[in-house]
Amino acid sequence: MIVEKFNPLKGEMFQILSEEGKVVSKEFAPKLKEKDLKSMYYNMILTRVADEKSLKLQRQGRMGTFAPNIGHEATQVGSAFAMDEKDWMFPYFRDLGAFITKGLPLKNYFLYWMGYEEGMRIPENLRIFTVNIPVASHLPHSVGFGMAANIRKEKFAIVSYFGDGATSEGDFHEALNFAGIFKTPNVFICVNNQYAISVPRSRQTASKTLAQKALSYGFEGIQVDGNDILAMYAVTREALSKARKGNGPTLIEAYTYRLSDHTTSDDARRYRSEEEVKYWMERDPIKRFKIFLADRGIWSEELEEEFISKASEEVAKAVEEAEATPPPKPDEVFVYTYSELTPHLEEQLRELREILGGE
Amino acid sequence: MARLNMVSALNQALDQEMERDERVVILGEDVGRNGGVFRVTEGLIDKYGEKRVIDTPLAEGAIVGTAVGMAAYGLRPIAEIQFMGFAPQAFHHILIHVARLRFRSRGRYTAPMVIRMPFGGGVKALEHHSESLEAIFCHIPGLKVVVPSTPYTAKGLLISSIRDPDPVVFLEPKKVYRAIKEEVPEEPYTLPLMKARVVEEGDDITVITWGAHVRTALQALEKMGDDVSVEVIDLQTLSPWDEDAVLKSVRKTGRALVVQESPRSFSAGSEIAATISEKALLSLEAPVLRVSGWDITVPLPKSEDYYHVSPDWVMWGIKKVMEW
Repeated sequence: MIVEKFNPLKGEMFQILSEEGKVVSKEFAPKLKEKDLKSMYYNMILTRVADEKSLKLQRQGRMGTFAPNIGHEATQVGSAFAMDEKDWMFPYFRDLGAFITKGLPLKNYFLYWMGYEEGMRIPENLRIFTVNIPVASHLPHSVGFGMAANIRKEKFAIVSYFGDGATSEGDFHEALNFAGIFKTPNVFICVNNQYAISVPRSRQTASKTLAQKALSYGFEGIQVDGNDILAMYAVTREALSKARKGNGPTLIEAYTYRLSDHTTSDDARRYRSEEEVKYWMERDPIKRFKIFLADRGIWSEELEEEFISKASEEVAKAVEEAEATPPPKPDEVFVYTYSELTPHLEEQLRELREILGGE
Repeated sequence: MARLNMVSALNQALDQEMERDERVVILGEDVGRNGGVFRVTEGLIDKYGEKRVIDTPLAEGAIVGTAVGMAAYGLRPIAEIQFMGFAPQAFHHILIHVARLRFRSRGRYTAPMVIRMPFGGGVKALEHHSESLEAIFCHIPGLKVVVPSTPYTAKGLLISSIRDPDPVVFLEPKKVYRAIKEEVPEEPYTLPLMKARVVEEGDDITVITWGAHVRTALQALEKMGDDVSVEVIDLQTLSPWDEDAVLKSVRKTGRALVVQESPRSFSAGSEIAATISEKALLSLEAPVLRVSGWDITVPLPKSEDYYHVSPDWVMWGIKKVMEW
């Protein structure tokens, strides 16, 4: 078991790939087929390309404020790749790579950030919960799913993603406390990207690690190099398997860095140095995995070009489809308030139509 | 037919719904072994086990928060908040998730659940145990706010709430819990949500109220005698409320008095008065009056009679409207 070997109280961080892309923990290296390794790499590329495109769209006024994703690809793709179809994912608001890996159509992603409610209509076949904006408030929901799984004796696990800032919220405490007591099949992935907007991780807790907080709830926590996709995959897979077997929750602290601003309305230069960002830029998670793949003869210039062009096409198609979506009709903002349109909402909708003029 | 108090009627409703539908689960503080501090869930853990009657840690936020997950998953959770005064610790979940999950997921996920809580005062309770915060919940689109006033309506409305596809905040007037008994049919039955009921017919003035003050209004009528013919409406569902029933009555009587326990400003009574003025202005013989709690913190027991509406206050209000 990986979690037994890396004690967060001793500051031990789990890593498979070193910063130079070399395998450092052979015993835990996952046995992945070339096809899977390529697929993981492609998802990282697609995530990066979609993120870069989003930024352009936002700057051109074609998309609203959103949370840039760059730097989180290994954490997201590695962990989501470990999930089965029947496992549930509870996202926060910076989860593009996990969405892509779990199968959310990119069109949904663009629609949501372009301001269409329809973007958050998750396709029926996908076990993905809605994006969660109020920090940490989705954690109790994910534990509720875990409690329901136990009550109904169903075998699936639940991954919830959240940032380092979320660990300061009461909901984090309440959710993990419930998870420990009811031994729910939850895997909590804390994406410690060092900042909650401008406030550094050191201002969120005096604890040495975030992972160690799990110990006070009676279950395991582990700190993992979040820029190491293989480590993220291996540790999530282990935690999911433990959860499905009824052995309770795990907290995974993915130690990474937010390379961009908190959102497109933020300017990170106000609170952190260029040197610091440069340090982390050099530790780009995609670069690290690329070296690993190149060493194994899987990566090549041609593959890179092929992946980038394929990803660009996919993104372009999704953007085109999203932008071709007709504007919502007035009734669309009324209909899902209750299971049925109530008389008072019918009346208000009539008023809106009258104000808008003869519909 | 058995004569039951409200606690027993609610307990019967919970029992019968758990029996009927195995998706129904109860969670909250002390709801299991202890049967709830008011004994509303008494005996249920023995019948349905710890998996379906869940004694939770002391955490209102996670009680409602995990219920959201359970409901979205497909269960029908009934979350108990021990007193309304502690609901604020779960409020963010109610506001930002329970009420809007259907909307923001375009119906892919819903939160059919009941959040039960005892509310109101006038029972010499300690601090934070006497609040009437119903307006705060009524202001949230997507929630239904249901308030029974008698044992019979409590059972029917609770069963309807449990079966309803929308989330329901179910407010139990603790002053009524054990105050009255009435005949309650043994078999399960439903009463429609979003429908008011006319408790007493009359021609001169409409008194609109809910919860514990339905009884207060009736006590006022008894004291007043037959001089004024008063129609009493029990709203039963506060949001969305039954405008038609109220407007129909006010168009007949030409006068309206709202009686409520909560502070006056920005309250349910304010909404009702505004609607009457918008839609029945020409039927009115007098302005709509509100007899209510004051815009102050609910006082401790020694001063609570300055705050809680009594039959005399209702009589004062009726007189004031009639003499306008």
